[in-house]
Amino acid sequence: MKARWFTPIVFTVTLLVVALALATVTNNYFYTAAYIVLQFIILATAWNILGGLTGYVNFGSAAFFSLGAYSSVVMFSLFKAPVPLAIPVSAAVAGLVGLGAGYLTLRLRGVFFAIATLAMSEVLYTFVVNWDYVGGARGAYIILQDDPPFGFSNHTQYLFTVMALMTAFAIAVARYVETSRLGRGLAAIRDDEVAAECSGVPTLRLKLISTTVSGALMGMSGSTFPYFMQYVEPTSSFSLSYSVNAIAMPLIGGMHSWAGPLIGAILLGTIQQIVQVTVSSAWNLLIVGVLLVVFVTLAPDGIMGWFDHWRARRRRS
Amino acid sequence: MTASLLAATGVTKHFGGFYALEKVDFEVRAGERVGLIGPNGSGKSTLVNCITGTLSSDEGTILFEGHDLAGLPAHRRIRRGIARSFQLPRPFAAMSVLDNLRIPLLYAAHTHGGKWRSEEQAGDEAMDILRQMGLDAKADEKSGGLTQVDLRKLELARAMAARPKLLISDEAMAGLSSNEIDEIITILLGMKERGIAVVMIEHIMRAVVHFSERVAVLVAGRKIADGKPDEVMRNPEVEKAYLGE
Repeated sequence: MKARWFTPIVFTVTLLVVALALATVTNNYFYTAAYIVLQFIILATAWNILGGLTGYVNFGSAAFFSLGAYSSVVMFSLFKAPVPLAIPVSAAVAGLVGLGAGYLTLRLRGVFFAIATLAMSEVLYTFVVNWDYVGGARGAYIILQDDPPFGFSNHTQYLFTVMALMTAFAIAVARYVETSRLGRGLAAIRDDEVAAECSGVPTLRLKLISTTVSGALMGMSGSTFPYFMQYVEPTSSFSLSYSVNAIAMPLIGGMHSWAGPLIGAILLGTIQQIVQVTVSSAWNLLIVGVLLVVFVTLAPDGIMGWFDHWRARRRRS
Repeated sequence: MTASLLAATGVTKHFGGFYALEKVDFEVRAGERVGLIGPNGSGKSTLVNCITGTLSSDEGTILFEGHDLAGLPAHRRIRRGIARSFQLPRPFAAMSVLDNLRIPLLYAAHTHGGKWRSEEQAGDEAMDILRQMGLDAKADEKSGGLTQVDLRKLELARAMAARPKLLISDEAMAGLSSNEIDEIITILLGMKERGIAVVMIEHIMRAVVHFSERVAVLVAGRKIADGKPDEVMRNPEVEKAYLGE
């Protein structure tokens, strides 16, 4: 597929699916479940830009997600910011924190970098818990009194549509990063940072671009969360479940291309939603754990990796 | 005498109290073939790291084509024309052999007019280099699965892809058989035709003497000799360093 066709196709497909859903599904639970799955697709796609393409494992996805959510809370408290304004500002805030965190931590490699991101997440959590303006540990409400814009029948459907468009955007960005000259440089860093630097790759700059883009997309996915839930509190927005899922989904789907996180998030996100309704919400992380063990042992390169091997075998025979 | 391409003067590098390099002067002229020898731990690789920017030297100046390299990170130095191969091969293991060469072609080698190459252009040029190195049959293989000699060739090919003016080959032959060594020497001798100066770091004396127009000797962080290969080999200090008294 030619690169310039990819983005229009992704957006067209997204709009068609959304239009079909809005025309046929009236059950509001569907939109809530779909919103959550889409949110995970963005988180997984964003995580993969730094984790899969660049080789730096971020354990603080929940922090970037919360940065997006709480930026929206602040803007809403200040001047009742509408969703289309909250999204870019939240993304910018999370992107800037990504840049700053990257600058401070990118000299660390491997497990040390992962621990630093986990620590950053805890620091931000403590900060939010003690910040009264955004409700501290009690949380904050966003009560939407006006009717949803653009003729949507309710806010859930409106925000679901917004989320779907943001997902298409995130996938387009991930695919661009992966297939561009930038992506080649990031892959070189992932394989061998010293050799990359000695081959002309400006490693620090590329890593900072990677942390910024990844952080901004995560912030974007969190920006609509308070509007959607109408309530946000730090324990749930900083939940380990976001950080773990953002890692598990690309691992299961495959980390070397944009399609991996998409497939992993759809699979894992949907299973979790089904289990939550049919069995119990306490089972969620257990399922993630079991699937991770299965995939790490049976298909270490994820579903996409397994698919590539299968195709290569078929070509040879 | 042609003007010097690389002129390092008084280069000093210490790690804590240990002086890995002490006031080393080292010069390479355009298109020259220089051998750099010395016992293990004499500072050869440290000197290479200081020249290519992987380490920063504590004292001394390094000029390349008359410009001071102080403060320039490694990726800027290779863009100016200083390429290296690594003593222990460091391929981009998850990439194909061809893609390994694409990295320097896309990131280090400016084309005329200061623009970067397109993917296709980089692929074509990478294939050309692989053909010269005899690696073209393995272009699509994952570089992580190559044999030792092919890994060494890939190191040199990747350095070549940066279109350098100076190539520093850090023990490209260690552990290879004598036929394989001859292959690598032929490749390195071929650099002269392309106007590339080569610094060859090696323990294999046969290769160094055969290859070099000039040989410099490092012992314990100091340069003790620098001159024509046969003269340097007869130098009593060099004999002492290698064979003992």
